[in-house]
Amino acid sequence: MQTTEERQRNPWLAKLHLDGPLMLGLIALCAVSLVVIYSAGGQDIGLVQRQAIRMGVSFVVLFVVAQLAPDIFRTYAFPLYVIGVLMLVAVMFFGVTGKGAQRWLDIGVTRIQPSEIMKLAVPMMVAWYCSKVPLPIRFTSVFMGLLIVLLPTLLIARQPDLGTSVLVASSGIFVLFLAGISWRLILAGGVTAAASLPLFWFFLLRDYQRQRILTFLNPETDPLGSGYHIIQSKIAIGSGGVEGKGWLQGTQSQLEFLPERHTDFIFSVFSEEFGFVGVIALLALYGFIIFRGMLISMRAQSNFKRLLGGSITLTFFIYVLVNIGMVSGILPVVGVPLPLISYGGTSMVTMMAGFGILMGIATHRRLVMSQSS
Amino acid sequence: MRKRVPIRNHQAETALFGRRAIVSLVVVGAVFALLLSNLYKLQVTSFQEFQTRSNSNRIMVLPVPPNRGLIYDRNGILLADNTPVYSLEISPQEVQDLRPTLERLVALLELPEEAIEQFYQRLYQPRRFPQITFFDNLNETQVARFASLQHQYPGINIEGRLQRFYPHRDLFTHALGYVGRINQQDVARLREQERYAQYAATRTIGKQGIERYYEGMLHGQVGYQTVEVNNRGRVVRTLEFNPPTPGSDIHLEIDVGLQEVARHQLRNRRGAIVVLDSQTGGVLALYSNPGYDPNLFVGGISTGEYRELLNNPANPLINRATQGRYPPASTIKPHLGILGLHEGEITAESRIWDPGWYKLEGVERRFRDWRPHGHGWVTINEAIAESCNTYFYDLSHKLGIDKISSFMGEMGFGKRTGIDIHEESTALMPDRGWKRARFNEPWYQGETLSVGIGQSFWTVTPLQLATSTNIIATEGRRFTPRLLRGTEHQGTFTLVEPIEDLPIELSNPQHWQTIKKSMTRTITHIRGTARTAFLNSTYTSAGKTGTAQVVALSDETDERPDVEDVAERFRDNATYIGFAPAENPEIVVALAIENVGGGGRNAAPVSRAIMDYYFADEQTKREILATIRSEREHADN
Repeated sequence: MQTTEERQRNPWLAKLHLDGPLMLGLIALCAVSLVVIYSAGGQDIGLVQRQAIRMGVSFVVLFVVAQLAPDIFRTYAFPLYVIGVLMLVAVMFFGVTGKGAQRWLDIGVTRIQPSEIMKLAVPMMVAWYCSKVPLPIRFTSVFMGLLIVLLPTLLIARQPDLGTSVLVASSGIFVLFLAGISWRLILAGGVTAAASLPLFWFFLLRDYQRQRILTFLNPETDPLGSGYHIIQSKIAIGSGGVEGKGWLQGTQSQLEFLPERHTDFIFSVFSEEFGFVGVIALLALYGFIIFRGMLISMRAQSNFKRLLGGSITLTFFIYVLVNIGMVSGILPVVGVPLPLISYGGTSMVTMMAGFGILMGIATHRRLVMSQSS
Repeated sequence: MRKRVPIRNHQAETALFGRRAIVSLVVVGAVFALLLSNLYKLQVTSFQEFQTRSNSNRIMVLPVPPNRGLIYDRNGILLADNTPVYSLEISPQEVQDLRPTLERLVALLELPEEAIEQFYQRLYQPRRFPQITFFDNLNETQVARFASLQHQYPGINIEGRLQRFYPHRDLFTHALGYVGRINQQDVARLREQERYAQYAATRTIGKQGIERYYEGMLHGQVGYQTVEVNNRGRVVRTLEFNPPTPGSDIHLEIDVGLQEVARHQLRNRRGAIVVLDSQTGGVLALYSNPGYDPNLFVGGISTGEYRELLNNPANPLINRATQGRYPPASTIKPHLGILGLHEGEITAESRIWDPGWYKLEGVERRFRDWRPHGHGWVTINEAIAESCNTYFYDLSHKLGIDKISSFMGEMGFGKRTGIDIHEESTALMPDRGWKRARFNEPWYQGETLSVGIGQSFWTVTPLQLATSTNIIATEGRRFTPRLLRGTEHQGTFTLVEPIEDLPIELSNPQHWQTIKKSMTRTITHIRGTARTAFLNSTYTSAGKTGTAQVVALSDETDERPDVEDVAERFRDNATYIGFAPAENPEIVVALAIENVGGGGRNAAPVSRAIMDYYFADEQTKREILATIRSEREHADN
């Protein structure tokens, strides 16, 4: 017996293992991306073309991954995780340094970024681990899960790549949360974290890191130094107003007052040119994709699929939260792109692979009797 | 074999996931609401603030300097022009290795080495613009060479602007003055006058002469340009342009030709010549020798060059025509004659016997005439024409110092004439009060006699001589000498009216005629002191020579030492006053030449040359100027 959903599903899309609404949301985001990149990149059509090619590649990856039955990921979660961790260790010793961080591994043909692999390997590994135990998971399992998450997170954090380590950590923790950590444990964890903040501040953070946090708390104290980016970004967003200055009309971006216009700070360009109305529409689009992702996960047929799908979806949300929070001045500056909008390829490929897994979860279904009576 | 697994409640696990998923979605919703509320705060609540800050980021208001008014002579010949110059401007904070960069620039553009030291001087001085001029007046080759390599020199660029240029160089320096860089004192003064905003983009200001006196007229109104700039401050486009109002053009009374003749006449001699339009007080020529090139000051004079001017013993920086203080010597005899007639101490016919000296009762010393055996019987006619000292010893003794100094004050001595340049000295008209204040001594009668022949403490400027002589020429009219003839603003020419004080009224206006007649005799009388100088002139004229002793050489002897024997700086100053035509004066000339000897031989011929030029027809004028110019070229080579 089929659910209503499956009956309505377009047979063509089902055969291609694609989820229509999710696909529509992703395509819409990519379209917005190209439009904004054209404006943010100083109307450089070459930039738009290069990004379009990356999008094409990413969609191919999405399509290929969607063809795989999600159980394969369960099978290979452990080896993938181990290889990923080994590669991270290798990066520590033999990594290629770029932009002040040691992130890449040169394997002759090309350079790969192991931390990107971990964005998917970690949730797979934790989901695999949790799928073997009864839910809600017990304290010991939570502890094991946290260890699985912590190892790669720390390795990535010391590259240093704060943005990716936050994403990797949250992808693992989301699995644990969805696997039902008891609320009491969550509360205890929260209290412990809060209590250890002063320890962090006084003993673990270096001077420049403290400075960064201070600047974040009050950017106006250093308007031309590190506070500059945030101030200019807030000016860009704020001056967009309700309706925005219009496409290609954003003075903050066109006159280059904004830093990292087509990458991390692209949301500021978007807000400046399309205003609060545009912001609502964009967040609605993100909201729709997240909602669709969670719906697919809820309908999944095994704990592994549910946990993996939910984690991929919520990590996507973390991208949105951290990036928008950062450019609008309520979170510290961490290098996280606005998903599928920011210019750049690496994280987009990973993300699309994630959406490929989600589509696989949605479409590779065994025909079983509905468990709900 | 089956592994033992605990019995799992799949339904409960699915439900658990469902609950957690819904909690997640609620949290996602809440976070989105939080993000949106923050964005609402930025974009809606604080929109005004951020819009303002965005605009102040990108919009800059740049002042645009007005073009300075041009200066012409009475015939429309340009005396002060604005020419485009290209200067190398440096923003020191944008240049990393300042000195090596400057050294490379010097090598690249073949600039003088001193430019670097001068730049460092300017660097440590307070300045009004973020950029500092490294080198003014780049030529086209230098501009082209730098332009092609500009990208290698961040923080350095070439700026084109209009700069003052004085095509006649030293010919008009003392009348025109010059403009120079605005310094801290100028800034303070402009602030006081609340005109500083007008100078927001202006680099130079009138420092001397006409340029300074008519600064307000010449400068114009600043304009504004509202521009959009990018994050590096580079102008992207102009949003609004309020053009500046150019300054008014100024036309001077000065005649280039007359000025050239004056310069030619003075050549290597120190001195000054003033020529006035008798009927208006307009200054037709005002020349002080030596002069200097005012263009030196426009872009900022180097310390070395300035020191050279300052230490030059000939004092080129002094405007001798208005600041030179010369003993008037015999040139004030006509003025004293007027006073004598007015006071009734003499008449046109009254005469005295001149034995060659004058003796005051109770004073041992004899006051000598320049002519050892005297002039015999003299009336005012001979006294002026032959410059008889004894006559004026007697007259001044009868008048007394009080009447003399008060009347000479009326004639403009001891006061500024009010000419339209600030560089003017009052010179000195002595009286009892002054003597008491200066030396704490009473006034001695003998000093009155010295005053009677224009010696002693009495000093005058050539300009005062000219204006006072014009009072005689115009029979009492008192014009304020003036360089400005008219102004031209946006195509409208406005002539300025002459400025005239109340005239001097004499007891009998006939006295003017008497003195003017006697001054004519200076030229026509067989023993007239300027007879030789004015022989065969085509016009009539009147005048008076003067020979001022620089040092009292020999009070006790009859002999005047031969001019050639005396060290140059002890030689007499030659002075002359004159006007022409004698009956109906058009011009007045006054001049003083330092350390050359007698006025009849040295000063009168200069006046003759000037008057000849003035009364010549156009053709002759051209020929005279051509001769002068070719002589100058020969002298230069």
